Amino acid sequence: MTNMNTALATSILAKPLSANRMLQFLVTGAVVVALTIGSISAMAKPLSGEESPDFTLKSRDGGNIKLSEQRGNIVLVNFWASWCGPCRQELPAFEALYQEYQDLGVEILAVNVDDEAEKAKVLLQDIEVSFPVLFDTSGEVSQLYDVSAMPTTVIVDRDGNVRLLHPGYRKGDEKKYEKAIKMLMRE
Amino acid sequence: MGFLNKASIRLLLVACIATLSSGCASTFESINESINPLANLEPWVKPYERSNLADPIMSMDRNPVASAYAKHVFESREGARGADGGAGGGCGCN
Amino acid sequence: MVPMAAQVVVVAVTKIQTTPAIAQNMNMVKPVLVALGLILSFLFMGATKAAVLPIERADLLYHSYEGDGVTIDGPSVLLRKNIAGKVSVSANYYVDTVSGASIDVRATASPYEEVRKETTVGLDYLNNKTLLSTSFTNSSENDFEANSFYVGVSQDFFGDLSTISLSYSKGWDVVGRRGDESFEEEADRQKFGLGFSQVATKSLIVGFNIEHISDEGYLNNPYRAVRFLDSTTDRGFSFATEKYPNTRSSTAYSINANYYLPYRAAIYGDARIYNDTWGIKAQNVKLGYIHPIEDDWIFEVFLRHYKQDKADFYQDLFSRPDEFNFMARDKEMSTYTGLTAGVSVSYEWQFSQTATFKKSAVHFEWDYMTFDYDDFRDATAQTPVGEEPLFGFSANVLRIFASIWY
Repeated sequence: MTNMNTALATSILAKPLSANRMLQFLVTGAVVVALTIGSISAMAKPLSGEESPDFTLKSRDGGNIKLSEQRGNIVLVNFWASWCGPCRQELPAFEALYQEYQDLGVEILAVNVDDEAEKAKVLLQDIEVSFPVLFDTSGEVSQLYDVSAMPTTVIVDRDGNVRLLHPGYRKGDEKKYEKAIKMLMRE
Repeated sequence: MGFLNKASIRLLLVACIATLSSGCASTFESINESINPLANLEPWVKPYERSNLADPIMSMDRNPVASAYAKHVFESREGARGADGGAGGGCGCN
Repeated sequence: MVPMAAQVVVVAVTKIQTTPAIAQNMNMVKPVLVALGLILSFLFMGATKAAVLPIERADLLYHSYEGDGVTIDGPSVLLRKNIAGKVSVSANYYVDTVSGASIDVRATASPYEEVRKETTVGLDYLNNKTLLSTSFTNSSENDFEANSFYVGVSQDFFGDLSTISLSYSKGWDVVGRRGDESFEEEADRQKFGLGFSQVATKSLIVGFNIEHISDEGYLNNPYRAVRFLDSTTDRGFSFATEKYPNTRSSTAYSINANYYLPYRAAIYGDARIYNDTWGIKAQNVKLGYIHPIEDDWIFEVFLRHYKQDKADFYQDLFSRPDEFNFMARDKEMSTYTGLTAGVSVSYEWQFSQTATFKKSAVHFEWDYMTFDYDDFRDATAQTPVGEEPLFGFSANVLRIFASIWY
């Protein structure tokens, strides 16, 4: 056992500085990387309270839909894509919300960010929804809203101000949306 | 521990103190901006531009049951082992 | 908002009890991991939501290896279920049935049949953008028992463009020998891994991995023997049990890349260099192409080249039984080149995203492998000692499986 240790110790020292230099480089490199990403705020630019940026997008019915024309309604703008698992899970939840609150002054605009509208349409044959689906194939509106996660839900009040910016989706998040809707309905 | 020279240790200490004392992003950012030239880098592929990366054919490990077996076949016949994994990519959702 | 996962890794690493020999290696690696664990603490500043768990699915695989007079086949079943979007549990049951005799067995003994069973259970936990993975594996056959556990942490950051991962694995082997009830040896193993991957463009992802592995204990195969010149026998040589060092320490570095082609296809590649304290140096490179057709068919081809230089204590033929402290003749320790070419095809049935079962697929994968040894000879050949032809063989590997996603 002692012979082994000596032999091993010798062999460790035998590949000496190259290993140490590599590790040194690794550590300092990792620190630089950490500092870099640490400085980048993971939060989206907060838009809460500000007026929601206006946009006009083509809808799947063929016509255009403009956000500012929805003033007077509570609007849920949902950015989604056919390739995004949580987005697909979220659509039926939105459909349920829509069925319940559509007549109470709530509108849902599902902004699809697929690079081809056809991909979204194929998915919509599988997951049927009755709310408007808009196509942002160029990503301009996503950029306007600084979408930092897929999916992202933005809730806009009757005056056109952003009141909630919700990145991501986990089962049960639709309850948060419902709570926000009820609160905004009371205003 | 020859590779952890004084400079590296100082960097690490600064970093740790910054983290542990607050989660105080502004203190950290000012330290960072003074020493790190990469401080103003922004992610260049947006979450809504990941359609190609989310495609199953771009997955690091499309069929784990098969790749685990393939890895075993190589490892049991070759002298080399290790560093044959991969993580990352995908839809980056949530 | 300091993350638990990185702290756990740091604490675990600093508290690991090791034997003196492995401790030598760890002195180099531990501080690196501590440093990296602390750095991971950063990555959580301002962390918001989460990444995603591995996809839920069930697979039933038939695997088969046929080459060098040996057939090894059997099933492998894999199940994965996600719970509440935070936890993923998985289980794998795998069986190898070995029959026939490889060159090593043909040169020294008689064919045998054997069954190896391996069970793995795993648990993944997702918190924000950190994925903590753990698993436990038991492998059991009549002359060998291995247990190991694995823990890994993977962290997405920089807008989910970068992923850093750390992993640790520890294994305990009990080595026996058929026909020798009193023979029982142990071997322990530790693995430390570091990985980094980066989304470079909308269509390209690149990564690198480093893995450091240390073994300690009885490290040779009890059935492998070295041969030495022996004029007293007809063949001109005799066999003696291999003698390996009690420790082995290795480092492997690899890079990989996946690129999405404009017409919906992908090419991928990886390369690795390896060296260890036994003197083995190896390099391998792999290139592959994936081509889907519509939503149903996926074709894949790949080519992999592997080259290895022998261990310091490897020789095909020694002059006498105790010529050196360490002696090996296991062809896995020799100088050789391996080439593998693979093709695969799969067909998918898409059901509905809202149904219980979302899609299913069948897959057929075939690899053709060749091994060409530069300093391992076919000792069964009837030629003068030391002039036997260099050995080489080819093997066919099949993977036929069905999958279902739910």
